[in-house]
Amino acid sequence: MSATHQEPNYMKIFYALFVLTVLEVGAAYLNVLVAGFPLILLGLILIVLAVVKAALVGMYFMHLKFEKRVLGIIALTPMILCTLLIIALLPDLTGGTRKPEAPAAVVEQVEQP
Amino acid sequence: MSHAVDPAESPLTPESWGKLGMWVFLAGDAMSFGALLAGYGAIRAGSVNWPDPTQVLGINLTAFMTFLLICSSVTMVKALSAIKHGNVKSMRNFLLLTILGGVIFLGLQAYEWTHLIMREKPVLFTTYEGTHHLFGATFYAITGFHGAHVTGGVIYLTIVMLRGMAGKYSASNHNGVEILGLYWHFVDLIWILVFTFIYLIPNAPKP
Repeated sequence: MSATHQEPNYMKIFYALFVLTVLEVGAAYLNVLVAGFPLILLGLILIVLAVVKAALVGMYFMHLKFEKRVLGIIALTPMILCTLLIIALLPDLTGGTRKPEAPAAVVEQVEQP
Repeated sequence: MSHAVDPAESPLTPESWGKLGMWVFLAGDAMSFGALLAGYGAIRAGSVNWPDPTQVLGINLTAFMTFLLICSSVTMVKALSAIKHGNVKSMRNFLLLTILGGVIFLGLQAYEWTHLIMREKPVLFTTYEGTHHLFGATFYAITGFHGAHVTGGVIYLTIVMLRGMAGKYSASNHNGVEILGLYWHFVDLIWILVFTFIYLIPNAPKP
């Protein structure tokens, strides 16, 4: 057993996660405070921050950085499914917002009886 | 710790089958969450009247819930670190703090749901602002699925803590605590993604 593997400085990871969370919430409020802030850019910033946080948790708290490679590969397999799903769903993603007059979009607004 | 050599041992044989098992389970579980989030993305992108989540949902409360789960992840690694040094009492205390974090998280989520359902303009499972809308359906399905994981995690944490108090873990035998930690950190990791995608990401600008 790898009883000798060094322990990362968990408090450092905690501070990093805390600061990133504050940045995330701050970024979400940019939407309100700064009129006309490009929303695509804001979305990208938020996704990058979330991926960095998730990676910190996986690498340090879940010890992936110190484990055999096999576990890391297992941990990444869900990404394959997600990528395939997103590709499969892409035709739907471009439907509604670009053509609001399309029948598919109207169905959603049907008044409740 | 030396263990009996398995005749079938190969370079791919893990140092702990339990740990490998948990990772395989978590990978499968991540696929469930991935499918839910991808479906959510498709429904939201295809909608013409998706409400801006920051206007409907309480970001400050959920930011605090995120902070709480991060804290409980830290107490979880502290519990593992304690038992690695053979300190059963410290492990128990840190596991207790982790359980507390999970329970408060669930309480806040129950409060949030109650508020969303009972308020003047409720977010219901199939209805929002008087029309059929999938905003509530996706929101409750995803946060509910995650909340179920936290509930399971609290039960799992309690079982491991009780086993620890009965003296089942020691400096040379802490595998069970480490595997528990993997599950708990995974729940934290998923919340980080849920928080971003459900609560924070703004709507794409209207063309």
